[in-house]
Amino acid sequence: MGLDSDATEPAPVKILQSPAVRIGLSISIATGLYGVSFGALSVTSGLDFWQTMALSLLLFSGGSQFAFIGVVAGGGSGVAAMGAATLLGMRNGIYGMQINALLQPRGWRRFAAAQLTIDESTATSTGQTDPDEQKRGFWTAGIGVFVLWNLFTALGAMAGGALGDPKQWGLDGAAVAAFLGLLWPRLKGKEPVAIAVVCALATVLAVPFVPPGVPILVAALVAAGIGWFSHGRSDEGLEPDVDPYAEQHAQHHHDPAGDHRGDRRGDRTGDDA
Amino acid sequence: MNLWIWLLLSCLLAYAWKLLGYLVPASLLRNPRMSRIAGTMTIGLLASLTVVNAVASGQSLVLDARLGALAAAGIALWFRAPFLVVVIAGAAAAAGLRLLGWD
Repeated sequence: MGLDSDATEPAPVKILQSPAVRIGLSISIATGLYGVSFGALSVTSGLDFWQTMALSLLLFSGGSQFAFIGVVAGGGSGVAAMGAATLLGMRNGIYGMQINALLQPRGWRRFAAAQLTIDESTATSTGQTDPDEQKRGFWTAGIGVFVLWNLFTALGAMAGGALGDPKQWGLDGAAVAAFLGLLWPRLKGKEPVAIAVVCALATVLAVPFVPPGVPILVAALVAAGIGWFSHGRSDEGLEPDVDPYAEQHAQHHHDPAGDHRGDRRGDRTGDDA
Repeated sequence: MNLWIWLLLSCLLAYAWKLLGYLVPASLLRNPRMSRIAGTMTIGLLASLTVVNAVASGQSLVLDARLGALAAAGIALWFRAPFLVVVIAGAAAAAGLRLLGWD
């Protein structure tokens, strides 16, 4: 991982001084805790403990996991659940291209990196300018989120049954808030807001007429149509779900050469944390 | 048992997306139309998921405590609350409204 490329000191001290590692760790904790909500919601959606764990261990992509159990909870079929989860996981492919270009992992690391390619690890990595920091950020956030997310998923899944009706604890409200929270950072400018409104409307209109889960696919088609015909920024909507820099750097400026997220965010080096 | 099949297929497809990114030449990412569609689709999916989770119940539209969660989350986000606080606000609003007898 090139952790000691410029190190004269023993690694452990240096690692915690790395901004990318610090951001990676804090984002791991924030996201990992949220796994409780997923675990509890999943078992009350009708999945059993091991199905819940399989999603967190193997699928490992928050949005897709919630989409899957959301469709099941709404009475949708397994195919519809798979369709929604798979469509939502598409952006991880885009992230994979970016991380591949930045880190160029070889051998088994490429396959491990692929599994850890999610919003958080990509955001932490592409927020850095130094190649070593990009590597540290990706692996710290990737491994950190993976471990904590699965730990707290298990906790939530076990507690979920004991909690009784999760509605009493507002866990269905937590899911609503989480999706709005994931959507929010992407709503910069008029076009993203318009897309969100149009797709929300399409969803509401579709709900009474098609099986559960399908309204989400209808919205996805509408959104794809808008993307095909529009002339917006090419990186529209590809913001990370959780932006570790959002608080410290409220105003972020565009890199003139930036035609994708990695470049555009490159000016925000980890001088904080 | 049937659900297991779709679940494991979903996991396989999710990994396939991720791995595909590492196998595809980077030049495809520079196709502005493809990356734009990926972007608008992400917005559309998340907007749709928000709405479905807020007002859909099977094939009917229901206005219940989840709407309070949506509002609370919106307010929290407006005041730039961290992600975790937003989620907690949503849960607290829904739980609180139910405690008050709505839904």
